[in-house]
Amino acid sequence: MNATPNLNDLKPNTRDHGADIVLSGAEVLLRVLVEQGVDVIFGYPGGAVLPIYDALFKQNAVRHILVRHEQAAVHAAEAYARSTGKVGVVLVTSGPGATNAVTGLVDALMDSIPVVCFTGQVGVPLIGTDAFQEADTTGITRQATKHNYLVRKPADLARVAHEAFHIARSGRPGPVVVDLPKNISVGPAPYAPASRAPHPSYRPRTEPEREAVVRAVAAMKRARRPLFYTGGGIINAGPQASEALGRLVRKTGFPCTSTLMGLGAYPTTDRHFLGMLGMHGTYEANLATHGCDVLVALGARFDDRVTGRLDAFSPDSFKIHADIEPSQINKIVQVDVPIVGDAGRVIEMMLEEWDRQDGAPDPAALGQWWQQIDAWRGIRSLHFDQDRTPSAIIRPQHAVRRLYELAMETGRDTFVSTEVGQHQMWAAQHFQFDRPNRWLTSGGLGTMGYGLPAAVGAQVAHPDALVIDIAGEASTLMNIQELGTIAQYRLPVKLFILNNQYMGMVRQWQELLHGSRYSESYSAALPDFIRLAESFHAKGMRATCVGELDDVIRAMLAEPGAVVADICVAQDENCYPMIPSGAAHNQMLLGPEQEGEVKVSAEGRMLV
Amino acid sequence: MTMQDETTVSAVISILVENESGVLARVIGLFSGRGYNIESLTVAPVEQSRHQSRINIVTSGTPQVIEQIKAQVGRLVPVYRVANLTQVGPHVAREMALVKVVSSGEARTEALRIAEAFRARAVDTTATSFVFELTGATEKLDSFIDLMRPLGLAEVSRTGVAAIIRGPRTI
Repeated sequence: MNATPNLNDLKPNTRDHGADIVLSGAEVLLRVLVEQGVDVIFGYPGGAVLPIYDALFKQNAVRHILVRHEQAAVHAAEAYARSTGKVGVVLVTSGPGATNAVTGLVDALMDSIPVVCFTGQVGVPLIGTDAFQEADTTGITRQATKHNYLVRKPADLARVAHEAFHIARSGRPGPVVVDLPKNISVGPAPYAPASRAPHPSYRPRTEPEREAVVRAVAAMKRARRPLFYTGGGIINAGPQASEALGRLVRKTGFPCTSTLMGLGAYPTTDRHFLGMLGMHGTYEANLATHGCDVLVALGARFDDRVTGRLDAFSPDSFKIHADIEPSQINKIVQVDVPIVGDAGRVIEMMLEEWDRQDGAPDPAALGQWWQQIDAWRGIRSLHFDQDRTPSAIIRPQHAVRRLYELAMETGRDTFVSTEVGQHQMWAAQHFQFDRPNRWLTSGGLGTMGYGLPAAVGAQVAHPDALVIDIAGEASTLMNIQELGTIAQYRLPVKLFILNNQYMGMVRQWQELLHGSRYSESYSAALPDFIRLAESFHAKGMRATCVGELDDVIRAMLAEPGAVVADICVAQDENCYPMIPSGAAHNQMLLGPEQEGEVKVSAEGRMLV
Repeated sequence: MTMQDETTVSAVISILVENESGVLARVIGLFSGRGYNIESLTVAPVEQSRHQSRINIVTSGTPQVIEQIKAQVGRLVPVYRVANLTQVGPHVAREMALVKVVSSGEARTEALRIAEAFRARAVDTTATSFVFELTGATEKLDSFIDLMRPLGLAEVSRTGVAAIIRGPRTI
């Protein structure tokens, strides 16, 4: 044994409660991680964090996953958090280590993912001198995080590190940065256990006001054309919130739609589920949103991808909006009943009130509403025709459908991450999620390159699960270096590339808005993905026609190690249905045959 | 759907914050990042023992935007309390200006006469210049400065608004 105490000796015990045991700052940090229940961190070493890496070397309680780029460390931590409900933890060095992490931090901020990111910093005496690998990390990440800290005094270290976890996971979750100057991690610092005292200024409200829920339920009882519109807040509220949502939908008999971030909170295969709403949502979900008379938004934030043209968004509905974050209420859409609280608590209280209040919605009206919805369903807006001739070109939707069906045949717990673009929308439309925390995607920020590192994070958290990154060939090249991480830790991640040789969503918009002038949207000089896989010690596979697709998917699923499957799909396929920007929910395009009819308004052209 | 009120109103937002490094940057960054106006801003510690500072921001926007500003500022971790004083009710809002006037002869006499009418104090006097100190509502300071313009106005330094609710209520 060496002189430095190992982490088992560092575990907090009741006898030294409150006593200041002097350790190095790096050891204090590790002890905080253990007390916070952290078993794995994602990171990349560098000069300013060497003392922390040295402390990591001397212990076994916290596992470190070495990524190949700091952005990937944050995405991996996000997926770890999203798939486990725990806080994801990142450790990177100063300067470029911190700036590389910024995209991941903003991604976590936009999608409300709890992440704590420890960044190295030059020693306190050097701060402000343009020292080697110095960057103003707290300045740069102020708008990229829920909160951030620069630890200037050893005495603050333990408190700040504990507090970072509390802030990341409570209220509306989000990323927190703790910037650690090198002299703080080298020098002695006192350890203190997590404080039980409430934070002096930060006190998020989780318990909803009963009176607001009473009013909401009264409106729901009077509803003739009701709709639940659910979002990522339900996933963040934990699996019990999703379970409660299931009971609420069954009890009320109301239809339910979901945002991209909320998929899996309610089983997407259930008949009460109308599919995703919004820009690439289903016809029935969008028409129901447009036509409903009571809209119950739970843990969703009226994102512009969801609302389309604002003045035509759900124009005749009485709106109920439950969110844990008061700033989300009346931000985009003015609502009639605001409820501030945790989505799970709101749903439980709605269930209680539903039993307590007399009356029920008019069954005839609700029946008519369902008839109307079934008529919209009859349009089959996600339908596509796949030519089954073996030599036929694979349509990307077909590839996702077959991937889902064959993955289900394995009976394994399945996690799906995505990159950003057309493939992401096809995955959201055609892969089904009957449980929460299985769908990992970059919603708010739309970060290309999210999926592969996210698959790393999910596979580390669930070593025995089936983890698939449904990718596009352009996006995945943005973080393809993570094949190295996958190889190092023997992670059996399946990278399923829908390869159409275009930045498909960019090309689709160029067709819609810019006269099909494909400015820089062709994926030129692509690598040979099979040889790329092999060079990273993974298995490479390719399907070029329908006849090969099932065999490749089966082989991929049967392979015990990592696989890169290059699925060559129709190059000209576009993502439908679609609400063109600046249009209303009842102005959907169902397919390319309608594309000629669309006139995107001048205002619509300005929108992203 | 509730119709949105599009009229722009002015509002005084008072924010009680933890007096820690970077807290002002957090508040200002939020305003610039989300496209909110800052017409004036004051900040100073108000509770030395409890490490609290008060920030007063005069801003403008539609009622919906002002409501958003309040909610967004309330999200910041080191913020204890945030109030829209304009909405809370009657409040006192004052600022101070130091106004330098360089002139002689008739103009100099006239400047001194107007200063007396405004109860401005001459805190520095030379043969060719005055520095007037004036406290009051923003509009009063504006009109004083307007009147000084033809009388040799050379330089102005203003503090921005400090504001507090009238009566026994606090934020």
